[in-house]
Amino acid sequence: MSGPARVACVEIGGVPISLSTCDTGFFHLLRRRYHGFLSNSRPAIDLEFEIISGGSVSDDDVRVRRDGRDWLIERGDFRAIWNPQTRKGTVRQNSNPYSLDSVLRILHSLILAEQGGFLLHAASAVCEHQACLFSGVSGAGKTTMTRLAPPDVTLLTDEISYIRPETGSWRAFGTPFAGELARPGDNTSAKVAALFFLEKGPQNRIDNVPLAEAVQRLMRNILFFAHDNALVDQIFASACNFASTIPIRRLTFYPDSKVWGDVRDYICGLEQPGVSSESVSDEFSANV
Amino acid sequence: MSETYITRSTAIAARILAGEVMVMNSADSTFFTLNEVASVIWQAADGHTPLDRIVRDQVCEQFEVDAAEAQTDAEKFVAELSAHGILLVSDHPFPQESAR
Repeated sequence: MSGPARVACVEIGGVPISLSTCDTGFFHLLRRRYHGFLSNSRPAIDLEFEIISGGSVSDDDVRVRRDGRDWLIERGDFRAIWNPQTRKGTVRQNSNPYSLDSVLRILHSLILAEQGGFLLHAASAVCEHQACLFSGVSGAGKTTMTRLAPPDVTLLTDEISYIRPETGSWRAFGTPFAGELARPGDNTSAKVAALFFLEKGPQNRIDNVPLAEAVQRLMRNILFFAHDNALVDQIFASACNFASTIPIRRLTFYPDSKVWGDVRDYICGLEQPGVSSESVSDEFSANV
Repeated sequence: MSETYITRSTAIAARILAGEVMVMNSADSTFFTLNEVASVIWQAADGHTPLDRIVRDQVCEQFEVDAAEAQTDAEKFVAELSAHGILLVSDHPFPQESAR
């Protein structure tokens, strides 16, 4: 059903994006979907949606590339153009909410890269006022960790963590992008205490991860969609900066509620939460 | 025998983290961590200094290694990284604008 353009502002990670559409049904869908993330802030980015009928979520690979000053983002079920200079874009997609999620995730990954941050394939939650990130391959236990979380732990996401640097540390934000838990995260944020790579095992233990392995695993789990040298370089720099600041550990865990006690003990035992002492040099950063 | 000159590809990202050089190929996301000796060669890959002089003046000066063995290892390392497109190899010095 069409009508005059209606606008909802959705603020994820402190970035308010105005989503405008003439399709009343789609407008109500996006307001429901991002209910906890609607905002009255002045939009930093404007996206105009043209909704087409038919089609479903596509299994095609997403293609993200620069087209002059624009980013062109395409998959079988959507086509988006975004100009980082004007901060405006257009999206042509069907009314499927998963297509909308994909467009926003990719857009946020590009915005975050500009800011030295990234989207990480990880669950995250706030415990003792600090964010803990849990990453790993599918089946490693991200959703399990969020399911086992005690009531005083606030879920930021069970699927895609939103991470950005701030002075001397890093901050994780809640996102509405849900995984298996099918529950959006809370719209809040916290300073990152630690990143844990998950593995299931017979008992709980937390081990160091060598720095090079930490960066490599981090890069494998960062969501970036564009095969663009400058962007890859930017994200690699961010991953190195993150690994030099935040403790990255291997959490082997037996899936019961005791694991959260060990996580709590670990982060409470950090002398300066979220601050490590490795140095990173960008001597070669101008290579690309 | 001709000289071997090496320079770093423009399609890579590299960082030194806690003394280790980490290199990532933007094109295929392959990732390498260089050991101490490889890091020295990597940093000396300016496109103008022949590989045997890098080995003699840098590697043998900084590490207690046999010169012939160091040269063999350096050639293996260069072959491996050039196979991944991370180092460029030539028997002539690289033009100024493409060498770092």
